[in-house]
Amino acid sequence: MITELEMGRAESELELGLGLSLGGGTAAKIVKPGGGGAWGERGRLLTAKDFPSVGSKRAADSASHAGASPPRSSQVVGWPPIGSHRMNSLVNNQATKKEDDGKKQAKDDETKDVTKKVSGKVQVGFIKVNMDGVAIGRKVDLNAHSSYENLAQTLEDMFFRTSPGTIGLTGQFTKPLRLLDGSSEFVLTYEDKEGDWMLVGDVPWRMFITSVKRLRVMKTSEANGLAARHQDPKERQRNKPV
Amino acid sequence: MDRRFPFKVLEHIFSFVDSNEDRNSVSLVCKSWFETERRTRKRVFVGNCYAVSPLKVARRFPKMRSLTLKGKPHFADYNLVPDGWGGYAWPWIEAMAARRPLLEEIRLKRMVVTDECLEKIAASFRDFKTLVLTSCEGFSTDGIAAIASTCRKLRDLELRECIVDDLGGDWLSYFPETSTSLVSLDFSCLDSEVKLSDLERLLSRSPNLKSLKLNRSVTLDVLESLLRRAPQLVELGTGSFSDELDPEEIAKLTKALSELKQLKSLSGLWDLLPEYIPLLYSVCPRLTSLNLSYATVQMPDLIDLLSRCSKLQKLWVMDLIEDKGLKTVALCCKELRELRVFPSGADLDETDVTLTEQGLVSVSEGCKKLESVLYFCVQFTNAALVSIAKNRPNFRCFRLCVMEPFAPDYRTQQPLDEGFKAIVEKCKDLRRLSVSGLLTDKAFEYIGVHAKKLRMLSIAFAGDSDLMLHHLLSGCQSLKKLEIRDCPFGDTALLENAAKLETMRSLWMSSCFVSFGACKQLSQKMPRLNVEVIDEHPPKTRPDSSPVERIYIYRTVAGPRLDTPEFVWTIHKSPEVGVSRLSIR
Repeated sequence: MITELEMGRAESELELGLGLSLGGGTAAKIVKPGGGGAWGERGRLLTAKDFPSVGSKRAADSASHAGASPPRSSQVVGWPPIGSHRMNSLVNNQATKKEDDGKKQAKDDETKDVTKKVSGKVQVGFIKVNMDGVAIGRKVDLNAHSSYENLAQTLEDMFFRTSPGTIGLTGQFTKPLRLLDGSSEFVLTYEDKEGDWMLVGDVPWRMFITSVKRLRVMKTSEANGLAARHQDPKERQRNKPV
Repeated sequence: MDRRFPFKVLEHIFSFVDSNEDRNSVSLVCKSWFETERRTRKRVFVGNCYAVSPLKVARRFPKMRSLTLKGKPHFADYNLVPDGWGGYAWPWIEAMAARRPLLEEIRLKRMVVTDECLEKIAASFRDFKTLVLTSCEGFSTDGIAAIASTCRKLRDLELRECIVDDLGGDWLSYFPETSTSLVSLDFSCLDSEVKLSDLERLLSRSPNLKSLKLNRSVTLDVLESLLRRAPQLVELGTGSFSDELDPEEIAKLTKALSELKQLKSLSGLWDLLPEYIPLLYSVCPRLTSLNLSYATVQMPDLIDLLSRCSKLQKLWVMDLIEDKGLKTVALCCKELRELRVFPSGADLDETDVTLTEQGLVSVSEGCKKLESVLYFCVQFTNAALVSIAKNRPNFRCFRLCVMEPFAPDYRTQQPLDEGFKAIVEKCKDLRRLSVSGLLTDKAFEYIGVHAKKLRMLSIAFAGDSDLMLHHLLSGCQSLKKLEIRDCPFGDTALLENAAKLETMRSLWMSSCFVSFGACKQLSQKMPRLNVEVIDEHPPKTRPDSSPVERIYIYRTVAGPRLDTPEFVWTIHKSPEVGVSRLSIR
């Protein structure tokens, strides 16, 4: 590979005044299959091997790759570099394309009242996620998920696992979290449009994504006071069969 | 020493010096020129709000009427800067309110602006005319209402791509009941609906309104009524363009659009339906700026529109335009100066959208005045880049985003080094460059050697070693802003070129191999740089060799900032201290 050749030449040309314990360059040196400790993983960069879609050689390489599933280029944080307004518009277009047929009938019945919300447009894009004890919040794209399990997996990857390229925020390896079944140290909660904090998972997914404003991964011990599984009047209404 | 020219004469001469760069140069000549210049500067631009203290700026320019500030690093647009990082407008607004009450214009980009800030502006500047907020956040529609109701001389209120706590459309009704002095109004980034009657009445009593940008929730059926009340518009951003209209409504809207005799710029057009494209035919021949980047219209419908826009200078569009559409642009839009092609995500959807490098080659051939490009494409070739460079040596801004990281030239499997070499060799006036695709250190050697006027450079997933950074920092004489993500280097090149960093506005590096130790060394070496580490864990608890997640280095005369959140660490100047985290809100 070209990169290795270049690196060899580069090291001899550049005067290394400071010892680089991480080496002069290519991630090829850094990759440690499997665990390898927090710092080895933190120092890992994305390389071409992580994007197997271009060319069969890469696909073959990725097969032998360190067990981590290669991210699509669209799953890397901040890539492709599109502003968030545009990004939200993009994901909304994707969502509404699928809904358009069903909604066409509903549109015909609408009155021409300018105060009515534009129907069929699910204005959901990136929403903020914070976790107790972690200073840096993240954003997650709800439209890229189809279920609670899906979402929980992404959040686990974001905060607990060091998926390649996005340095894990806690830098630790823990066993699968199970944010949804109440069996772990953390639970997933959300703030709805009315400002109430609820446990995630009680309402149908489609209803959830239209009412969620932001997410919080909370310590189970602190989540006791939450509107958990009892049915209050609002919830009873929302839980009508869809 | 005798002054050659009396103050009054100098003052008069300087009144012809407009650009801030020139004024900065003028102020360096001698003490009396510095004094004269500072007393006459009206428009103040601060590219990094942390480079200098608000108080110093307020004191230095007693005649200032316009303030422009930028806050967060550019990569904040792509979610790479965590929430709470900083960029607060408040200290500036407070300082100006106390010392420069005659301030008339405030333009902020990527800053945190609260309702308190907006209320302070409204209360403090009696002649306030212009508020432009780009990519800002932290305020609600209540703050906007305060500006609308209190600033009696308000001319421009523009909210561009801001994140606003949208509490409803009431704010629009807060403009004074008598005629307003509004010239431009842009609320395209807001979500909630405004009342039609409020909007109609506002337009009726704003005879000077030239630019109006509606938000998406303004539906197509009311557009006619709005345009009837503002036929003098030069810039129009429509709302959603997709409702079903009956033939009579279509006829009325067509007429209303054709009455916009001064219209030069058209945007908005959310969800534009192909059947409504003919409505726009009447405005096309006069258009110099067209933003279709939210219009999900595909080919061949786009051709009907673009072939009529012979005066077009600026075109923003999605990749739905495909190579075919860009060929039409190359044939018909001979005045084109700026082109931006955004991804529609259609490739993820497996819809057939053929936008390739050929599209950009066509435009570079046909549009001789083209000087600014932003192009998202799945893959590219060196040959295309070489053609483009040969065709258009007049590029000032070239941003190519090959969306597949590390993608080589798909025909030859070579890195795109030679292609970008052609760009920097031929385009001697290049001011801004974004590179992508598979690139080795060689590409950056070429950039360092040739891109002498380059001011801003963005890099992602590229290079092999520290040489890459070394080439850039030692070669690009005019470099002011450098932002890098996911590249395999750090310490050596950074330390070898530390002095360069004080000639630049800022350097951003994320997911690279910069060690905490190097950050410390750099900070101690360069007294007028703030070296900020963005990291979840205190760098002190880790070995010097460990890499830091993100660093942001910028020159400043204001010292370390006092408003850092818990995940930002300013490396201290004295070796024993290591890191400091002064946090005073």
